[in-house]
Amino acid sequence: MFAYILRRLLYAVPILIGVNLLTFALFFVVNTPDDMARLQLGAKHVTPEAIERWKVEHGYDKPLLLNAKATGSAQLTDTIFFQRSAAMFAFEFGKGDDGRNIGNEIRTRMGPSLAIALPVFVIGLLVNITFALLMVFFRATYLDLWGVVLCVVLMSISGLFYIIAGQYFIAKLWNLLPISGFAGGIDGLRFILLPVLVSVMAGIGSGARWYRTIFLEEIGKDYVRTARAKGLSEVRVLFRHVLKNGMIPILTGAVVVLPLLFMGSLITESFFGIPGLGSYTIDAIQAQDFAVVRAMVFLGSLLYIVGLLLTDISYSWVDPRVRLQ
Amino acid sequence: MNMQPVILWTDALIFALLAVVLALVWFIRRQEHLRAPWRVVAQRPMAMGAALVLSVFVVIGLLDSLHYRAQLTDSPADKPQYSVEVLSMFDALVDELRTQQEKTYSAPLAMQLYAKEFVLRDGETVRDYPRLQYGGAHLKHADARLPDIARRSLIGLAQGLAASLLLFCLLAVWQSHRTHASLGTWLTAWAGGRLDWPGRMVVLIVALMLMLGGALAHLAAGYHVFGTDKVGQDVLYISLKSIRTGLVIGTLTTLVTLPLAIGFGIAAGYFRGWVDDIIQYIYTVLNSIPGVLLIAAAVLIVQVYIESNPDIFDTAAARADIRLLALCLIMGVTSWTGLARLLRGESLKLRTLDYVEAARAFGVSNARIISRHIFPNVFHLVLIAIVLDFSGLVLAEAVLSYVGVGVDPSMYSWGNMINGARLELAREPVVWWQLGAAFAFMFTLVLAANLFADGVRDAFDPRLGGRR
Repeated sequence: MFAYILRRLLYAVPILIGVNLLTFALFFVVNTPDDMARLQLGAKHVTPEAIERWKVEHGYDKPLLLNAKATGSAQLTDTIFFQRSAAMFAFEFGKGDDGRNIGNEIRTRMGPSLAIALPVFVIGLLVNITFALLMVFFRATYLDLWGVVLCVVLMSISGLFYIIAGQYFIAKLWNLLPISGFAGGIDGLRFILLPVLVSVMAGIGSGARWYRTIFLEEIGKDYVRTARAKGLSEVRVLFRHVLKNGMIPILTGAVVVLPLLFMGSLITESFFGIPGLGSYTIDAIQAQDFAVVRAMVFLGSLLYIVGLLLTDISYSWVDPRVRLQ
Repeated sequence: MNMQPVILWTDALIFALLAVVLALVWFIRRQEHLRAPWRVVAQRPMAMGAALVLSVFVVIGLLDSLHYRAQLTDSPADKPQYSVEVLSMFDALVDELRTQQEKTYSAPLAMQLYAKEFVLRDGETVRDYPRLQYGGAHLKHADARLPDIARRSLIGLAQGLAASLLLFCLLAVWQSHRTHASLGTWLTAWAGGRLDWPGRMVVLIVALMLMLGGALAHLAAGYHVFGTDKVGQDVLYISLKSIRTGLVIGTLTTLVTLPLAIGFGIAAGYFRGWVDDIIQYIYTVLNSIPGVLLIAAAVLIVQVYIESNPDIFDTAAARADIRLLALCLIMGVTSWTGLARLLRGESLKLRTLDYVEAARAFGVSNARIISRHIFPNVFHLVLIAIVLDFSGLVLAEAVLSYVGVGVDPSMYSWGNMINGARLELAREPVVWWQLGAAFAFMFTLVLAANLFADGVRDAFDPRLGGRR
């Protein structure tokens, strides 16, 4: 088991290096610091001096890969690649265009992101499984048929409309919850309720339908027929056998997104004014703050790879055959 | 009127795609084993109804893809000059919708502007809602508005109904003639749902669409059916123009995805070894970068490119078009990994089957084994992925436009409509019609696409075959 985890851990290193190289290529080679400066300064203020000044201010005034002027190891270290890209491995993200330390921002903004994303994840999972089990219980009846149609209808509505409708009806028209905002502690609960509710609603359609197919696949298997032949009731078959075995693909599928919950949701956070990582990212994209976008790309990939690792571990834990390969 | 045809990049690709689809249809029609699953699709009422709705969207999208620049009226005949405005055949068809522009917001079917202004009435200036320039301009009094709306809708509905009845009679005569049955037997078979195609659903959907179209056409002739937006443009027109954007994103992105997914997926599964390792590495790296961020980074780069090379694009439409194409490219490059993984797994299974082993023993080349044995057997997965992805891509456009990395802000798209209308909900009274129209159109397209995709998946996926 330990050797297996170590092997998967080592496998993650080249992937992170690949992500780092790819973002470096996207942000510095295809799109040179000069282009960035021009975009930031706006067409009117572009002069060679202004571009140089912008580059010095933001620390982009060094050679990309190899500094011929420096000596010794500084030839490699005194470059944009080493200071801006490779430094991320040490979690040194530098400063955003607003002058704030990106690492600090990430640390303080993780909490609010989790406060929304974690309840959405847990409640969403429970709600979706409940709906899926209900449809499976009434399978091949009109209830099941219309359940599926309802799922398709729900998933045909853009997520933006769920948020807009939720904010308009629940918050503005009926005044039940605040439209947006965030506060820490117990007081923050009323701010969290609406985004969580809306996000869970938006996920029901595709989630419940997907889990339904998983359960239906399970219910056609031989052991279920055996259980029924033994005389178990349908409810017992569903809960004792189908649910338990169906949870394997559901949970292992959910594990991969678990670390990504830290990143929060771009759209939900920006609509509801949650000071999390999602709204941080979206602000950075809109302000074309490349340093922040780069940091978020790195962080997102890192969390995704952690998720992959957790998936592998959970698979080998559930299914011992995987370990032996 | 003289004109100069303009072929934008996306136009060319869309019509190339259309040609490929038509060629595929012609090919499939001649192969019984390929035709069989499509016949299953054609027997599903939901799928057929959805296909009819989709076809209306597609026709509008195609008409909107035939672009031209009109000749300026005052330009000399020997040296014609053309307007910088790029129009389409669809614009020419609904010219009135495009040109009848009001000052600012107005509610659906209204005859007055949304905001009060100083107007001259009976010699003195009063602050009141001014009349619209075009919407309801034929009415003398406000009292006449509701009866007029009712009259127009009824006429439209009646005409639609009459047209569908006529079509239905023709269909009945033709079908009973074709099946050598009496008209009565065919009608009872139709009413009882005993035809070999979902006749009731098709007739119902066509009749509904004709009636809706009739009512819309009659209302649009005198009013702004969905109101007007901030600069006074007809919201119905904007929604209709957005169809093309949605379709382009849904189809061209898949076009980019397919060669990558098929090539890499099959190669990884079939050759295994180091090829597999490299391809798996590539797609894990791509997958691990959050999709929105990768798209955002790439769109920013395209923006920089467009801004630093303004001389390549002669019109604003060409500029917006390149950005749309770039968006499709980028979304395609970021989204091929899922299908590739699926194809890899399937090819891994297929390569160990007896007939592939036999082909290899006979010395058949790898390229031939892949094209004759592997690809045809994974094709259903590709097809299912195409139809399933379409609706997701249309929805993604809205989100990306909200983030600010979607289509060009000057382009008509549902995402831009939502983005522009979102903040207006805070107004009093609420400006809801832009959101409402974007919602209605997007929902119809995506729902139809989802229902059609369901039908295709059920017919093509062998795993589902026995169950439903």
